[in-house]
Amino acid sequence: ASGAQGPALVEGVGLGMAGADSDDSLYPIAVLIDELRNEDVQLRLNSIKKLSTIALALGVERTRTELLPFLTDTIYDEDEVLLALAEQLGNFTMLVGGPEYVHCLLPPLESLATVEETVVRDKAVESLRKISHEHSPVDLEVHFEPLVKRLASGDWFTSRTSACGLFSVCYPRVSSTVKAEIRQHFRTLCSDDTPMVRRAAASKLGEFAKVLELEYVKSDIISLFTALASDEQDSVRLLAVEAGVSIATLLPQEDLETLVMPTLRQAAEDKSWRVRYMVADKFSDLQKAVGPEITKNDLVPAFQNLLKDCEAEVRAAAANKVKEFCENLPEDSRETIIMTHILPCVKELVSDTNQHVKSALASVIMGLSTILGKDNTVEHLLPLFLAQLKDECPEVRLNIISNLDCVNEVIGIRQLSQSLLPAIVELAEDAKWRVRLAIIEYMPLLAGQLGVEFFDEKLNSLCMAWLVDHVYAIREAATCNLMKLVEKFGAEWAQNTIVPKVLGMANDPNYLHRMTTLFCINALSEVCGQEITTKHMLPVVFKMSNDQVANVRFNVAKSLQKIGPVLDSNCLQTEVKPVLEKLASDQDMDVKYFAQEAISVEHKLRFLLKPLQSVSPIMSVDRNHGFESNKTYNKTKLNPAARDDTLM
Amino acid sequence: KNEISPFGVDFEILVSLVYIKALLCSVAADIISTVEFNSTGELLATGDKGGRVVVFQREQESKNQPHRRGEYNVYSTFQSHEPEFDYLKSLEIEEKINKIRWLPQQNAAYFLLSTNDKTVKLWKISERDKRPEGYNLKDEDGRIRDPTTITTLRVPVLQPMDLMVEATPRRVFSNAHTYHINSISVNSDYETFMSTDDLRINLWNLEITNRSFNIVDIKPANMEELTEVITAAEFHPHQCNTFVYSSSKGSIRLCDMRASALCDNHSKFFEEPEDPSNRSFFSEIISSISDVKFSHSGRYLMTRDYLTVKVWDLNMESKPLETYQVHDYLRSKLCSLYENDCIFDKFECVWNGSDSVIMTGSYNNFFRMFDRNTKRDVTLEASRENSKPRAILKPRKVCVGGKRRKDEISVDSLDFSKKIIHTAWHPSENIIAVAATNNLYIFQDKVN
Repeated sequence: ASGAQGPALVEGVGLGMAGADSDDSLYPIAVLIDELRNEDVQLRLNSIKKLSTIALALGVERTRTELLPFLTDTIYDEDEVLLALAEQLGNFTMLVGGPEYVHCLLPPLESLATVEETVVRDKAVESLRKISHEHSPVDLEVHFEPLVKRLASGDWFTSRTSACGLFSVCYPRVSSTVKAEIRQHFRTLCSDDTPMVRRAAASKLGEFAKVLELEYVKSDIISLFTALASDEQDSVRLLAVEAGVSIATLLPQEDLETLVMPTLRQAAEDKSWRVRYMVADKFSDLQKAVGPEITKNDLVPAFQNLLKDCEAEVRAAAANKVKEFCENLPEDSRETIIMTHILPCVKELVSDTNQHVKSALASVIMGLSTILGKDNTVEHLLPLFLAQLKDECPEVRLNIISNLDCVNEVIGIRQLSQSLLPAIVELAEDAKWRVRLAIIEYMPLLAGQLGVEFFDEKLNSLCMAWLVDHVYAIREAATCNLMKLVEKFGAEWAQNTIVPKVLGMANDPNYLHRMTTLFCINALSEVCGQEITTKHMLPVVFKMSNDQVANVRFNVAKSLQKIGPVLDSNCLQTEVKPVLEKLASDQDMDVKYFAQEAISVEHKLRFLLKPLQSVSPIMSVDRNHGFESNKTYNKTKLNPAARDDTLM
Repeated sequence: KNEISPFGVDFEILVSLVYIKALLCSVAADIISTVEFNSTGELLATGDKGGRVVVFQREQESKNQPHRRGEYNVYSTFQSHEPEFDYLKSLEIEEKINKIRWLPQQNAAYFLLSTNDKTVKLWKISERDKRPEGYNLKDEDGRIRDPTTITTLRVPVLQPMDLMVEATPRRVFSNAHTYHINSISVNSDYETFMSTDDLRINLWNLEITNRSFNIVDIKPANMEELTEVITAAEFHPHQCNTFVYSSSKGSIRLCDMRASALCDNHSKFFEEPEDPSNRSFFSEIISSISDVKFSHSGRYLMTRDYLTVKVWDLNMESKPLETYQVHDYLRSKLCSLYENDCIFDKFECVWNGSDSVIMTGSYNNFFRMFDRNTKRDVTLEASRENSKPRAILKPRKVCVGGKRRKDEISVDSLDFSKKIIHTAWHPSENIIAVAATNNLYIFQDKVN
């Protein structure tokens, strides 16, 4: 059936820029065009991403008359292709002949704005918004506004939801009659039958309000806002909350009380927890929008209620906002409000039944100390911090520890250190390795704040214990942690405290621990410097090149390669090279491979250290070699000898 | 006198249903496991034990053949689920489609959710009637052209072609259920749906597949303390925050998602006190609810247990508003039904478009209809042998003991292997779909 009507061969009418030059340049474009409909999604996607190249080759006229009509009908494709197409078309104005012809882009974007996939629709709307600015005022009324109307009165809700995002871009630039029509369309969508459309309208209400004249904000928007905020579906009502915040910023202070506050107050006490959650989540924005007076009179009690809400999700959202809310309180009454109204609620949250609430609070509570100052912190907040440091849930303790810096500035960390230590120790030994991992990541921060003595005395042993953890991720993090500690405390400290312990592990019967020594050396050599590396670490590495486990031996080769830059060229030549050469003739192929790789890198290194004369030819050979082998060979292995020796 | 509007069904219609077609006989070799009309009734989907979904489309009205209006023909067939194996638990996961639910229509394409025991999938069924033609590098016959002869670029042109219906999987909602999924239900907010297994109910956003929220969890800390399981669950048709779930103990709980993120505490509890005189070994088994459905109005609930269908008013938790006996004559045969496992059959039930008639299945390819206004009921049979196209169905009667009249069937001769578990009613018209093993029967009132 296919041959019935042969495809029309379109003669090159105006081949445009590229076409006229030479026929050779057509071939790659021809491939791109054909691949627009290739069966392989990836190839189609590639072609769509190079749509501008195709359009450039076709020239503006053929792009308008042939390419765009074709694209308008290709909405059957996969989401990712459509998404790319929607994005491309937003940048296509010049390729169709400039702003004069930008309306040609509307049909394909209109069809993309009706597909079921939200990301594609949103991208199409985004591109439509973008190109709307390139329309002349006349084109906007002749081409763009009718499209918005078509979408707004479409049969399916997908097109109507897309329309919601387009009103605000055309409204400011059209005549007053058209403006009236646009307001009417928006009003209709706000009371659409389907909740999807009402939700889209509610989420765009704030943005639309911003472009409306103040009189219409008061007459139209407020009534729409009130209606959406009392919609039967809570999924709509919760979106009205955010719109309410935007609207509040637009209105003069004296109108807020009568026009917006009753609805917002009602939202804060909504029957549905999801709406109250939204109020809690947007509380800081709301606070900024309504100003200090309403905050004092209305928002403080509302916030107290949210902190005491019966639903844990709401309490957690409110707890997250405690610091921000307190910070933004009017300065004259800030302390009084916090001490008399907020702090009592916060105290209750410290012993909340829900761990998410407690951990949300723990992530911000330390911030209160800067607001309240030293005396209040010591008297009122410190007991709360200490209670949270002893919380049964590790996440709560972690959140407190990760924010220690705020308290440190106000009262110094010493006040906390007695309680801190047991909390840290407990987290360090937690049964869940992710908890252990999290606390390791805070170690450098803690070390910096607690000072070197405290660290040596209490925490050093923990850091060393992590090196022999049975989870690799912990050992790896512990290695990295040592490096950061040395950065903080200096090489001398390292030499006295951690290097001997790390090197001692080279004699461990467990090969995994022996490898940890190598990993530590990799991480520490640079921060410790040449002397320590050459004198103390290198002999140990050399010794390990005779290890019976192949994994250890090839890690020796890798380590030698890593620490090479730290060593001087003499040492490289006389000491490192013989060891690597020995490893390069090892029985094990992996050891051989990594030794050879290290030798080639070492080679390069030594030439770099020498004067530049003979460098270039060898350099290029080396680089090539290294590049190739990296590409084809990049694995680690566990040989049978090693397997006998595993942990546990 | 007999003018009947689609929303004014009465008994006349119950007895004047005509047989339209036995649809699936040639299409599906497998046992039908679910039947569902879409919101307009233009499409009808069935799922079967082989993991296949078959979608039927209603014939469009045509002048020359007005009577064909009611006929449904195959629109699209696709394999929704494949058998799988859970290697961690050494469990086979059957491909059988447990439920199908249509989504509200959002554009020219249709969307449905289908589920097996573990995985819910969102399918798109769309039409394509154009295809691009014209290549640069190939000529019309598909031969590769010499690149040097390409002197002009050619943009493909879309040409009309024969209508093609495609089904494409859009989303897969998996890894959220430890137990077997028994129901899925789409919320009236068009944004979320829930999936229910024996012990838990999860809430999903239709666009997000990597996260779902658990809203009900009745799993006891110690599984030995387990006394009941969830058998079915459904969202309220209009109130997006309300849903119900039924239990194996014969109770129904109504939950309000506004009150709390976790709905372990119900806001209403519907249960009929047990009649002590009827108590027996089988009491608990036969009181287990196999299906629960909100009426279209949202005011009533219908539940099906082994022997009855009950209608509940949402405002009365203490007892059902109406109770209809589906096959009370089986009460004396519970023992043998227990032995052949039939007592565990999970019959479903449906409302008609105006909530005035309810329908549910029975054995021997019989299905039952009850008119809620007149309290009359009828037993009909879905069979190819006994019905001629467009002939009015004859009511059937089962006789209990005593003398058997002509046309009556004795309880002892009922065939328990022929069961009608799944039925569906067109959302606004009197068209019903009845699944009897691997046949789908469509009946329609005579007036059309």
